[in-house]
Amino acid sequence: MALEREDVHTIAHLARLAIEDEDVPAYAENLSNILALVEQMSAVDTRGVEPMAHPLAMVQRLREDEVTEENQREHFQQHAPAVENGLYLVPKVIE
Amino acid sequence: MEWETVIGCEIHTQLATKSKIFSGAATAYGAEPNTQACAVDLGLPGVLPVLNKEAVRMAVMFGLAVNAEIGKRSVFARKNYFYPDLPKGYQISQFELPIVGKGELSIELEDGQSKVVGITRAHLEEDAGKSLHEDFHGMTGIDLNRAGTPLLEIVSDPDMRSGKEAAAYMRKVHSLVTCLGICDGNLQEGSFRCDVNVSVRPKGQAEYGTRAEIKNLNSFRFVEKAVEYEVARQIAIIEGGGKVVQETRLFDADKGETRSMRSKEEANDYRYFPDPDLLPVVIEDDFIEALRATLPELPDARKLRFIEAFGLSAYDAAFLTGSRELGDYFEAVAKATGEAKLAANWVMGELSAALNRADTGIADSPISAVQLAGLIARIKDNTISGKIAKEVFEAMWNGEGDADQVIDKKGLKQITDSGAIEAIIDEVLANNAAQVDNYRNAEPDKRGKMIGFFVGQVMKASQGKANPGQVNQLLKAKLDG
Repeated sequence: MALEREDVHTIAHLARLAIEDEDVPAYAENLSNILALVEQMSAVDTRGVEPMAHPLAMVQRLREDEVTEENQREHFQQHAPAVENGLYLVPKVIE
Repeated sequence: MEWETVIGCEIHTQLATKSKIFSGAATAYGAEPNTQACAVDLGLPGVLPVLNKEAVRMAVMFGLAVNAEIGKRSVFARKNYFYPDLPKGYQISQFELPIVGKGELSIELEDGQSKVVGITRAHLEEDAGKSLHEDFHGMTGIDLNRAGTPLLEIVSDPDMRSGKEAAAYMRKVHSLVTCLGICDGNLQEGSFRCDVNVSVRPKGQAEYGTRAEIKNLNSFRFVEKAVEYEVARQIAIIEGGGKVVQETRLFDADKGETRSMRSKEEANDYRYFPDPDLLPVVIEDDFIEALRATLPELPDARKLRFIEAFGLSAYDAAFLTGSRELGDYFEAVAKATGEAKLAANWVMGELSAALNRADTGIADSPISAVQLAGLIARIKDNTISGKIAKEVFEAMWNGEGDADQVIDKKGLKQITDSGAIEAIIDEVLANNAAQVDNYRNAEPDKRGKMIGFFVGQVMKASQGKANPGQVNQLLKAKLDG
């Protein structure tokens, strides 16, 4: 399955990636190659094989329900470009 | 044309854990912004989510309560979308293999009938943070305290056929999760919120119509109203020759209408895939059976027991089993007094009305079950009349002490001494000689009505304290004799 320019723009938008128009054909080709590889793998007969959810054949460990984290807001917010009243500020997201 | 409404619900219940689903940050409501958002909740690089055991236990408890298949192996998946209150760019949720599979529960309809509603599934996921769109110099403020709070999303089959049924379903799930103690059920704080999918189709048609999803309804009444509005809107569109658009809508409670949420709706493309940070969750049979043994008495069973053991009507029993606290409260009062009907009347009447007025719940009632039982005991042993009891209740509500203290302090003890009542009657009759003559000259069949006047006067003179039965009896004897 070959991706069109439009598909590349959609994928980039979903990931909020800014891409240059001139790079689109190269992205389209690279991504199409990945899909081609997946298609190739689809040819393998997998009847009777249980789908994996994780490459490790292990089971999720669970933690006890205990509060172990302390408030480190000031520390974390040092990295934020803008904060006010304890809130992280981001560009407005609704019209 | 006759239309049929089809409704399915997605209910988000916040699980009542102390810490978050994948981190050790606290989940307490109302903390200062971002003081309960740790590195995992912020989605900082290099962090690893670790699943909270208690969230798993609570999800399984719900599954058992609705007779569902429990997912012996369930998988967490990433649901990808962009929004700043979701710092990772994806929500950890479950997609193909949820922890709770197909189940069912029954809802009570207004006509006393019940109806079975299918549960499609219920899955564990993390909540997002909160965006505050007030004025921050044209920017949006983000509070991530809620990010990572465990949610159980309960998805129903499209089995409801009216707003009333949808509200009844929401009530039922609410009573179930609060009874199980897996959710605090606080609607105002957003611990329990409902999305409803609504569509209409010509009656008899098999295919569903195009649906609209109304998001984030946090009251039973709003669900009913939102559905009613939405159904009328969709029918008007179709009958006007138009087509219903599949979209997300919001309910405006002030205007009582739904409106489209986004001007340019993007098709959702969540690109789910298994989260490589989390391994499959495996639940052993032993674990399930151990939990089954801890299931409390569920609302349906309790309702039946209330009907049988206390002789309550189905309506009263359903009301009183609406939440575990309410059921516990009623049961304590009923057992302490041995007067189940009286206890039900007071809990559902005076007490519920006072709680509603104060906008508070039974758990925060200023009158405890023991205190209410104390009041009912005084009605039962004729110390006070039902009317005076309301006055005592008022005082108890305002913190003036137990029933006995209030009765004592305010001198409200019912007068049952015949001599004392007769003295009051004599005085009333002496002061109303003209009415007494009228009464005595009236036809016997008219007297019944006329005696009411004297009863009123005597009760007034005794400040409501005379035993009404005795007053009636003694007055009759004096007037007729």
